[in-house]
Amino acid sequence: MTGFLSLFRRLEGPQTVGRGPAFWGLFAVVLAVALVYPLVSDGYTVGNTVYFFVWVFIALSLCLIWGYGGSLSFGQTAFFGIAGYGYGILTINFGSAYGFTLVALVVAVAIAALFAILLGYFMFFGRIAGVFLGIVTLAVTLMLERFMAQTAGPEWRIGSARLNGFNGMSAMPPLTIPWPGEPIVLFADVGLYYFVLGLLIFVYLGLRMLMNSSFGNVIVAIRENPERAEMLGYDVRKYQLITFVIGAALAGLSGLLYTVWGQYITPSSMGMTAAALPLIWVAVGGRSDLTSTVIGTLMVLAAFQALTIYGSQYALVFMGVLLVLTVLIAPNGLVLGAMNWLGRLAARLTQRIG
Amino acid sequence: MSLLELRKLNKHFGGLHVTNAVDLTLQTGEIHCLIGPNGAGKSTLFRLILGEHHPGSGEIVFAGENITSLKSFARIHRGLSVKFQVPGVFKGLSVRQNLEIALQIRHRGAELEAEIDRLLAFLGLGSEQAQTAGNLSHGQKQWLEIGMAISLKPRLLLLDEPTAGMSPEETHLTGEMVQRLNADGMTVLAIEHDMAFVRQVAQRVTVLHLGQVFAQGSIDEIVADERVAAIYLGQAHA
Ligand SMILES: Nc1ncnc2c1ncn2[C@@H]1O[C@H](COP(=O)(O)OP(=O)(O)O)[C@@H](O)[C@H]1O
Ligand SMILES: [Mg+2]
Repeated sequence: MTGFLSLFRRLEGPQTVGRGPAFWGLFAVVLAVALVYPLVSDGYTVGNTVYFFVWVFIALSLCLIWGYGGSLSFGQTAFFGIAGYGYGILTINFGSAYGFTLVALVVAVAIAALFAILLGYFMFFGRIAGVFLGIVTLAVTLMLERFMAQTAGPEWRIGSARLNGFNGMSAMPPLTIPWPGEPIVLFADVGLYYFVLGLLIFVYLGLRMLMNSSFGNVIVAIRENPERAEMLGYDVRKYQLITFVIGAALAGLSGLLYTVWGQYITPSSMGMTAAALPLIWVAVGGRSDLTSTVIGTLMVLAAFQALTIYGSQYALVFMGVLLVLTVLIAPNGLVLGAMNWLGRLAARLTQRIG
Repeated sequence: MSLLELRKLNKHFGGLHVTNAVDLTLQTGEIHCLIGPNGAGKSTLFRLILGEHHPGSGEIVFAGENITSLKSFARIHRGLSVKFQVPGVFKGLSVRQNLEIALQIRHRGAELEAEIDRLLAFLGLGSEQAQTAGNLSHGQKQWLEIGMAISLKPRLLLLDEPTAGMSPEETHLTGEMVQRLNADGMTVLAIEHDMAFVRQVAQRVTVLHLGQVFAQGSIDEIVADERVAAIYLGQAHA
């Protein structure tokens, strides 16, 4: 019981921006709005919001590995694709009855995590770090993209699931929750919205607790000075590997939800552009803070989509400009910079009043 | 009884013979100072003891166990701890969190908070606890890292130039700190250039020169040794 309570106390701490009644009050308001919103909106807009939410998981994975852990992975999309394809292959073969899509969800994410254990072991225990870690992870995701792109022929099938090369896989069943009477099918509107929102809140709060725990302390210590961390008796490579695997699972979850949302997955989801975009969201938001990452990702995605209406070339230029601005104005992230500024302002105001 | 034994430790960097058949024995409970000119191989010897470098040949025995092939973190678990020459604090984190990261290994919850407060007081960093460690003065960083190193309650504390950048008063305070730790049972091996510090704390002194043990004895014997004056102390006093 006390252990349970101390877990909740870990919702705030030095590793996460936001504390006290003001923050959690605001959190409750945002949550209430998020819960009510699908009831007053149309199916298309809700589905579009789910699409935004889906990307937040891969952003959080990068926030964890890069922002907190200090290892820049350029290949989170590899896990995104593996879990996405994994879900497709599993559900096309075994269908959606008896809650199998939920089993496929767990299995697909587990496959991504398993792959991360192998890759991570090779990298961290082979002492690959810094820019080389970025290069290796990027190479892996591009290799997977190339590989999947050449699977157009009919010989590339796993059971009854055709891989379909560059066109990708489609028509996998949506998530389906078994229910007495009629199973609940989570189509890409209100149903999937609540499911993904629930996952998002769970992951966000879970990561807050993790990062403010003694484990989180070690992760940021390794980012600051791996040698010092080792000389306090921490097995640095083990901690790096665990962080990498958790991040891979989150990226996998992202890819899986993306596949579920659109009922398709293509090799380009593991390509260069796909790999670069999460880096920009996270850098612009504030890579070393979970809340900044969530807000930044949603804001950049919304802006990107709004601009895409006028042509995707403008949207990409906008992303570039945004990244340059971030580096120049607030290297730790625009949202994080703004939140810290607001925090200082609030502190000064309460001081003056008090 | 000996706590640490270095047996014929050899380390080459390319063609450079940085430690040359170094034999050194530390007695349990002593404060031992390692002195010698820049480039003598003192810091490298520490890195060999800690497992950051691996010797070309030779053995390291700690508390009766051959630890020559153990990983660094495992050596720390056996009871070694270090303050590096260039202070290795977690620059972006607060002073308090720096100590928390070191102390959380042995303490939890309210006990952890109390231990952090105690250590802050011991180090004289109480009013600095909310500061970002990177903003501390050089001397304060030294103390903070010493604090992290002793959090582990090591059997052997390695200090690489602990008083560099400190005023004479601060140096003296650091000496008193080391003596208090030693009184509590910690064995200390310190690399130092400040002879006032060495005189204050050292029970034995080893001089390292060109990767070899050049002389060993009490501080008075070392200071009186003309050979040592010729290679090191002469220039230090010049
Ligand atoms: N990682 C390394 N690679 C190559 N040479 C090194 C390395 N570390 C130290 N050296 C060399 O070894 C010699 C001893 O260095 P060091 O142990 O730092 O000396 P000290 O601490 O006694 O001043 C120096 O000549 C230094 O340049
Ligand atoms: Mg040195």
